[in-house]
Amino acid sequence: MREIYVAQADEIADRDRKVVIDDDLEIGVFRLGDEYYAWESNCPHMGGPICQGKIMNRVDEVLDEERRSKGFRFVDEDVHVVCPWHGFEFNIRTGAHPGDANTRLNGFEVELRDGAVYVRV
Amino acid sequence: MDTIGGKPRDLSEINARTDSRDILAHARQQADLRGFDDVFIVDIDSHIDDGGNWPDVMGYIDDPVIREAASSFGDGSKRGAFLNSTPGLQWQNVFGRIPHGQGLKEPTDGGDVPREIELSRRCMNQMSLDYQVVFPNALLFLGMHPVREMEIHLANAYNRWLVEHVLPVDPRVQAMLYLPFNSPTDAEETVKRFLGKPGVAGFLVTSSRHKPVHANEYMRLYAMLEEAGQVLAFHSHLNWQDEYTSQLNRFISMHAISFVLCNLVHLTNWVINGLPERFPKLNVMWIESGLAWLPFIMQRLDHEYLMRSSEAPLLKRMPSDYIREMFFTSQPMEHTSDKLLEATMDAMNAETQLLYASDWPHWDFDLPSRIWDLDFLDETAKRNILGYNAARIFNLDIPEKYQATAAQ
Repeated sequence: MREIYVAQADEIADRDRKVVIDDDLEIGVFRLGDEYYAWESNCPHMGGPICQGKIMNRVDEVLDEERRSKGFRFVDEDVHVVCPWHGFEFNIRTGAHPGDANTRLNGFEVELRDGAVYVRV
Repeated sequence: MDTIGGKPRDLSEINARTDSRDILAHARQQADLRGFDDVFIVDIDSHIDDGGNWPDVMGYIDDPVIREAASSFGDGSKRGAFLNSTPGLQWQNVFGRIPHGQGLKEPTDGGDVPREIELSRRCMNQMSLDYQVVFPNALLFLGMHPVREMEIHLANAYNRWLVEHVLPVDPRVQAMLYLPFNSPTDAEETVKRFLGKPGVAGFLVTSSRHKPVHANEYMRLYAMLEEAGQVLAFHSHLNWQDEYTSQLNRFISMHAISFVLCNLVHLTNWVINGLPERFPKLNVMWIESGLAWLPFIMQRLDHEYLMRSSEAPLLKRMPSDYIREMFFTSQPMEHTSDKLLEATMDAMNAETQLLYASDWPHWDFDLPSRIWDLDFLDETAKRNILGYNAARIFNLDIPEKYQATAAQ
């Protein structure tokens, strides 16, 4: 186990990420509010650079009481990163694909210390 | 971006203008890890983004009146002139989620090398390809153009532009030329005009059209291609206007069905009307319908043929026997179950009949590693699918460094 310095905590804006290279490893550290999450930038689908993808909220479909479709909405609490290669989406908090919990990102432990973000690999 | 010793320490978000060498950096890493520089790889289907070069293409229209009329489009720029593309293609990028799905916007040097060649070279280097067969985006819809003659004008212009302007630059970039299939005699003229030109790998029919492939008007064309030893490919595409597909309200639904439906119809007509018996030496290829449709149509036609053989009197064997002798490209290779994919590849004789295709830069592209990483294939099968099957049917020169494995 070793530690990689990523950035000063305030260098990463809310709902943004920093993707760092450490030898053959690429790690994306995402910030949501005061929480930080680290994922390997290697999509389980085809190895795409997942952490360099767009950050978007999960899309949900709205049904009324008679189960009629009323269109789409964004779910604010479920923030996704989207693989720029093929569009696989993953929940930034859990690393899981929204439709297949077995398809998930490889994660790392994050530590905040003295205003800086570190990842243990 | 931070750097350490000249190397980047961090990576930026990929957007619509990101250089494709950066987008495909992981493809290069995969190629290095698997030793792809020692594997002969041919990409049978990739696509040229036409937006920028379309005005140049318009200059190659034979008819002077139509050529002049192109100037009236796009505020005089000729961009998009005469095209019948539908909004469907613009939905490919999942509403911004897949930036390159809207076409590559990156700058190129603008030197003597055409942009198409430069973009193709970038892709070939990152994916470790030896040849790339390209096809224009704009022509994928052309079989549905409401003006029958426009298919001929635009196809000839594009074929001329490719043959005169693009293909001579780099022999690793090849093309299957567009056949204006709605006009059979003009399709024959296309073969006569371009057969044997450098870089012309074969001829292609875009499958989104309402023309039965068994119509008698096409027999002379097929005979011509068979005699010349040329591949006849059918490239599937979307069609959101058909009565059935027009019921589908999401791109995912339409794309999943439409890219298969057109080739299902054409392949069924091809087999049941006995075209494999009429043209036994014609190499027929089916592009971009994936693989999962094949076990379905093989079983379905065999099942019905046993009961209704009088409707297909030219057949001397089971329908699936003929399908097993056709050629198919791999992308988009449905791979959610090893068991089903292995059974599919077994059913279609993938080792000799399947050819790798990337479909780059479209949203559902596949890398060579998709084939290489399949545990149930042996190395010979992988090398055949990635390159040697293509070399065999397209008569491609195999570089010296691969001769040992090619001989095996």
